[in-house]
Amino acid sequence: MKKLIIAFLMAAAPVLGLASGGEAHLDHADVDVSDQASLQRGAKYFVNYCLSCHSAKYQRYNRMAKDLGLTEDEVKENLMFATDKIGDGMTIAMPAEKSAKWFGNPPPDLSVIARARGADWIYTYLRSFYLDDSRPFGVNNIVFPDVGMPDVLWELQGMQKAVYRMEKDSAGNDTEVFDHFELVQPGSLTPEEFDEVARDLTNFLSYIGEPIQLERQRLGIWVLLFIAVFFVLAYLLKKEYWKDVH
Amino acid sequence: MSMMQSLVQWIDDRYPMTKVWNEHLAQYYAPKNFNFWYFMGSLALLVLVNQILTGVWLAMSYKPDDTLAFGSVEYIMRDVDWGWLIRYMHSTGASAFFVVIYLHMFRGLMYGSYRKPRELLWIIGVIIYLVMMATAFMGYLLPWGQMSYWGAQVIVNLFSAVPVVGPDLGVWIRGDYVISDATLNRFFALHFLLPFLLAALVFVHIVALHKVGSNNPDGVEIKKGPKGNKWSDKAPADGIPFHPYYSVKDIMGVAGFLFLFAAVIFFAPEMFGFFLEHPNFEPANPLKTPPHIAPVWYFTPFYAILRAVPSIAGSAFPGVVAMFASILIMFFLPWLDRSPVKSIRYKGILYKVLLGLFVVDFIMLGFLGTQPTTNLYKLMSQVGTIYYFLFFLLMPIYSKMDKTKPVPERVSK
Repeated sequence: MKKLIIAFLMAAAPVLGLASGGEAHLDHADVDVSDQASLQRGAKYFVNYCLSCHSAKYQRYNRMAKDLGLTEDEVKENLMFATDKIGDGMTIAMPAEKSAKWFGNPPPDLSVIARARGADWIYTYLRSFYLDDSRPFGVNNIVFPDVGMPDVLWELQGMQKAVYRMEKDSAGNDTEVFDHFELVQPGSLTPEEFDEVARDLTNFLSYIGEPIQLERQRLGIWVLLFIAVFFVLAYLLKKEYWKDVH
Repeated sequence: MSMMQSLVQWIDDRYPMTKVWNEHLAQYYAPKNFNFWYFMGSLALLVLVNQILTGVWLAMSYKPDDTLAFGSVEYIMRDVDWGWLIRYMHSTGASAFFVVIYLHMFRGLMYGSYRKPRELLWIIGVIIYLVMMATAFMGYLLPWGQMSYWGAQVIVNLFSAVPVVGPDLGVWIRGDYVISDATLNRFFALHFLLPFLLAALVFVHIVALHKVGSNNPDGVEIKKGPKGNKWSDKAPADGIPFHPYYSVKDIMGVAGFLFLFAAVIFFAPEMFGFFLEHPNFEPANPLKTPPHIAPVWYFTPFYAILRAVPSIAGSAFPGVVAMFASILIMFFLPWLDRSPVKSIRYKGILYKVLLGLFVVDFIMLGFLGTQPTTNLYKLMSQVGTIYYFLFFLLMPIYSKMDKTKPVPERVSK
């Protein structure tokens, strides 16, 4: 029976190997939601660059204060511009009908965007705007083609253009494939510094996606330890009872 | 008589409390050779109770309204005390339910637990599985994310593919021409109701089980064997009282299960997009079709079968028939198996290989159901679908041909 099971597992292996698909290449964000300094910087960038068009309405300011190690007064003074109630969610004043007219679609709420797209996607997205005259705001994005949003971080990153190379596709035709970016006009930050900004912002979005995640894992260790001890006791109890069974 | 004894006597005169306890637990004799696979039944019951309890508590904060549903789930995740835990217990529990049930069904396939006299027990089980799928499908709409919405759209459209009555049937199910607030409301109502029907069916399943007695890894009928064990002269010699022997053993199984269950809840509640799909964190948008729609993993083998069958004259109906047939065929299993033995232990190499391939096939179909269609994948789905049906349809032939080993009179240790 064991031999059979192994044989079947091996037969299944090529099937499982097919599971890796081919999407646009994403850079690894390497976020760490326990890094409070990074989250605080991320909150600052979020409030300054994102929160005028994008809301994060399920994330309350006081929850953020608590989780980011800030006092409520610090949050009120530095991070809260759209409301004066600390218990409010991070909403925006821009009406959806108007923003739909301006951008084609109303900018989505970002509360759980990190859970929908993944941290690597956001990190890559923020760093993948490039000049494209055919678009209304003069920029396009490699991981989100024909995106409706302008490159709000251009002052920091500068402006870059996309460089392509020729490759044969599966049918044997030459096609343009994105290769790398070339900085056309430097921004106020070096590329390394800008990557850190993108990472902090991604980190913050990962945190607001699920504020409980740090607590959840901390608690989880104790839960597993408890169940492990319970399992040992249950096993010993079973063994004791089953002495009768021959 | 002590106070306690007289209280029990008082109740027993009015309700068969001690009688039920003895008949179903303390003097219910189960074969002594249960192995790992026999944990799954009690675990399925545990998960059902988990789903009902966490579900009721979720319903206390959830809002079945197309403008509020998505937000109310986030409210549960963020603002309700321990809401995140209750929600993850429920979402992980849904997948755990199917894991446990698939293993439970596989146990039946291995040891021939559907054979006479357990045909009805098996059939009740298949009905439970069907109700479970309906419950899971309706529950999946409730978070009102993109996958909730479009998954429901795709599945309800299957009913619309039925000739003549299809379009009306689709409207009848949705309560609207598209998935909408009306659909969400009725799915919530039914998702709340069906688990209680499930609980009733599980009760019937257990009553049927206790009438015929449990099968075991050897497929030996202990009731037909010699009588007399250390607890009773009349009980089967190879039986042991369910309580305390299997109650303590099942508690151990529960502990093992809870360890894995908690590991997912606390460390990987999305289970890499299998238990909570990433697109479902985007609110439902009727105007924006996601690039790739796939049902949750536990439906994907059947979804692959649906897509494998080519449509005839532009109608997807043949695929729909194949998908439902792939589940309904399980009802006939007790009469398809003509082998002289029940358990795989005494069946020949033929059945062992075919069952093994069936497992590989089911997993392969499950994988293919999650993927966008390509020519290769479509071909693989078609081969997989054909094998799936042949496994059942040719069973009357190969189960007779297979060389079996003699079955011992007593269960092995």
